Amino acid sequence: MRAVLSLISGALFGGGLHISGMTDTARVRGFLDIAGAWDPTLAFVMGGAMVPMLVAWRLTRTRVPLTGGAFPAQPTQQVTRPLVFGSVMFGVGWGLVGLCPGPALASLSYGGWHGYVFLIAMLAGMWAVPPLRHALDRHATAA
Amino acid sequence: MEIAWLYGLLGGLLIGTGGAVLLLGTGRVMGASGIVGGLVDGTGINRGSTLAFQLGLIGTPALLGIGGWTVATHATSDIWLLILGGLAVGIGTRFANGCTSGHGVCGLSRFSLRGLIATLFYIGAGVLTVTALRLGFGL
Repeated sequence: MRAVLSLISGALFGGGLHISGMTDTARVRGFLDIAGAWDPTLAFVMGGAMVPMLVAWRLTRTRVPLTGGAFPAQPTQQVTRPLVFGSVMFGVGWGLVGLCPGPALASLSYGGWHGYVFLIAMLAGMWAVPPLRHALDRHATAA
Repeated sequence: MEIAWLYGLLGGLLIGTGGAVLLLGTGRVMGASGIVGGLVDGTGINRGSTLAFQLGLIGTPALLGIGGWTVATHATSDIWLLILGGLAVGIGTRFANGCTSGHGVCGLSRFSLRGLIATLFYIGAGVLTVTALRLGFGL
C-alpha cells in the first residue's frame, strides 16, 4: 500500500514537472533571470502546488496517515548555518544549469547525456555530504 | 507561448496533489533531494516505497514523451558546468536538508520559517548566478 501510494505520488510529481515545463532548463533559468527576459512560469507552478499542500497540511491536524504511523513533527524554527550555506550553494548550482533534484530525475528519459552527467554529479555531491559534515564537525570541536 | 503560465499552474496542481498523496497516505514529506539523498547515503527509510516513488517520477515523463508530449531540456553542453552545477545542487540540498519541493512547495505551505529562509536564499543565489553568467559570459 505504501509503495502504491508512493508510486502514484511520484507519477503526479513527475507528470506535473513535465507538463509545467519545469524540466526545461531554459524556462527555469528564465525565471531566475529577473533582470533579463523574465519568465514567470515557475511562480505559477509553485503557486499551483501550494494549493493542494495547504489543504493536506490542514488535514494532518485531525487525521493520521492512511498507512499508519505519524505525520512529521512541527518544523523547528531554527535558522542554522548549514541551512543558509546549503541553500546558497544549491541556488548557485540551480542557476548554473537550471536543474534541481526533482526535474533532474523527471527529465532523465529524454535529457540525453547532459542529464546523466548532471545527475551523477548531483548524486556524488549528496553521497559526499555525511562524511563532509562529519569532518566539519570534528574541525569545529577541535578549534 | 502565452499559455505557458496555464500549463505551469496545471502542472503545479499535479505536483501539489502528488505531495498531498504522499503526506496523507504515508506521512512523508515530498522532498526530491531527501528522497533521492536518503537512497544514496543510506540514511533513507523504506527503500521499496522510495524506489516506487522514483519509478513514477521518471516513468511518467517518459510515457508522456513516448505519447508525443515532448519537452526539450535545453541543458548546457558545457560538461564542466554540468558537473559543477550537479555537485553544488547535491551538496547544497543535503546541507540545507531540502530543495525546491521540500523547502519550497512543502515547507512554504506549512508556513515553515526554515522553508521560507531556504527558498529566499536559493532563489536569491540562483538569480545572482544567472545574472552573473549572462553579463559576464553571455551564457
